[in-house]
Amino acid sequence: MALKDIEVTGKNDTRSGFGAGLLELGDTNPNVVGLCADLTGSLKMDAFQKKYPERFFQTGIAEANMIGIAAGLTIGGKIPFAATFANFATGRVYDQIRQSVAYSDKNVKICASHAGLTLGEDGATHQILEDLGLMKMLPGMVVINPCDYNQTKAATLAIAEHVGPVYLRFGRPKVPIFTPANQKFEIGKAWTINEGTDVTIFATGHLVWKAVEAAQQLEAEGLSVELINIHTIKPLDEEAILTSVAKTRCAVSAEEHNYLGGLGESIAGLLARKNPCPLEMVAVNDTFGESGTPEQLMTKYGIDTADVYAAAKRAIARK
Amino acid sequence: MAAVAELKDIASQVRRDIVRMVHAVQSGHPGGSLGCADYFVALYFNTLRHNPEFNMDGKGEDLFFLSNGHISPVWYSVLARSGYFPVPELGTFRHLDSRLQGHPTTKEHLPGVRVASGSLGQGLSVAIGAAEAKKLNGDDKLVYTLHGDGELQEGQIWEAAMYAAHNKIDNLISAVDCNDAQIDGKVENILSLGNLRAKWEAFGWSVLETNGNEIEELLSALNEAKSLTGQGKPIIILMKTTMGKGVDFMEDGHKWHGIAPSDEQLAQALSQLKETLGDY
Repeated sequence: MALKDIEVTGKNDTRSGFGAGLLELGDTNPNVVGLCADLTGSLKMDAFQKKYPERFFQTGIAEANMIGIAAGLTIGGKIPFAATFANFATGRVYDQIRQSVAYSDKNVKICASHAGLTLGEDGATHQILEDLGLMKMLPGMVVINPCDYNQTKAATLAIAEHVGPVYLRFGRPKVPIFTPANQKFEIGKAWTINEGTDVTIFATGHLVWKAVEAAQQLEAEGLSVELINIHTIKPLDEEAILTSVAKTRCAVSAEEHNYLGGLGESIAGLLARKNPCPLEMVAVNDTFGESGTPEQLMTKYGIDTADVYAAAKRAIARK
Repeated sequence: MAAVAELKDIASQVRRDIVRMVHAVQSGHPGGSLGCADYFVALYFNTLRHNPEFNMDGKGEDLFFLSNGHISPVWYSVLARSGYFPVPELGTFRHLDSRLQGHPTTKEHLPGVRVASGSLGQGLSVAIGAAEAKKLNGDDKLVYTLHGDGELQEGQIWEAAMYAAHNKIDNLISAVDCNDAQIDGKVENILSLGNLRAKWEAFGWSVLETNGNEIEELLSALNEAKSLTGQGKPIIILMKTTMGKGVDFMEDGHKWHGIAPSDEQLAQALSQLKETLGDY
């Protein structure tokens, strides 16, 4: 794969990738069940609910109870996909996830839409920018933030095969589809989109497309950019990160999250422990969001293409 | 099925185990454990159709979830005395590297425990999930839970109560340890629960009431509860108990919620409790 090979095949929301993956799991894995707290349409679970009503649990606006029921369903051998908005799927129910799911090592898949700023106009009450940090701090929790429709669908299928708790984070806006259809998703395995030698950009979620755009601009200026998609925040693909920075000697992290607790912080910790080098973080600067269009918000809060581009320039200058 | 006299003997031994465990490590929760000993003995030695050859999925057997995990001493004693793990292991309660953690956990793979509890209010939801799985699996066995009365102050309990009634979770028999005691005082004074029977009935549950310290009455309530299963409603048993039951100086309100007896107090307590199955 290289930047020049990237082909945009369409545009869709990552939540629809989750819905499509869940429906396919309904067909292929009889143990998969779905739970939702009054946001079935927003989570794109309607098709699963319609086709498998006996395997779908509507909990009403009661997220704590939903997490507990999901934990209990695993005891009968079920694989529950419990889904709601990211804010209500993490912060609101942190203790339920901590005790009944993570500490109890239950095979629950917590699936969260409308993560980050890009849910847009609803504003900061719903724009959680702390969820990756909350979830990655839980021992045993796998944390995944896919970047487009195809990758989200593939991740949804993959986490059903993984035994143990998983946090799968996706979003609301329609974004370019540029990863292969029917790809094999490997949990914990970084995906190198482009090889290069001057700087490494590590991107996750909606920032991967922004990083593609930034890398294209940088390469047009003659720079050699290594672009790596870290779709799994935890377990972190340490080998891929260390191998890349050994070559490029500087890095950028890019994510739709507070810089505290996110992917950048995980990478910073790894580099500090194993192989220090300059790291610039493209992330939200420890603040809440606000109402606006996704595009306006990404620009205002410093997580747009131009921010990735500028961060790469800064990282290179610090070498 | 064990005779009532035999169950009473077991309960006496379980009470000895509780005070000895808490005394040995000088921490733990003896009051609620003693108050619930009769319920646990009635449940595990009479009512539950269960298999001490522990299997996490519990398919084809009744399941029990302890939601108020701090009364772990009584559960550990009853599990050990039922054959889930060796009785001498009770001596490791709250020790480093023990499977008998302060609050129950699956982390150390202690047979009999299916979910961690301690942070209150979560067990009913988990039990409902397990009950839903039984329905999906065509498994006609039942799910039991126990809660403290103070625990009912947690909002999640009422989320779960609504869900269970709406979704006709009629393979679930919950119980509440109504001892009117919580850490800071009497439940009545801290945050009163009002008319608990009326509350649960309003939430759509079948409600039974019993004396939770009389084995015969407990057996009768549990049997009645079983007869009500499969009728479209979840069932709850409100059990009136005395915190610290069986040790006279511990039958004193909330004081013995979470403190350990001294050497002298242990001797005094043991003098009131017949050793029937042999101390661990």
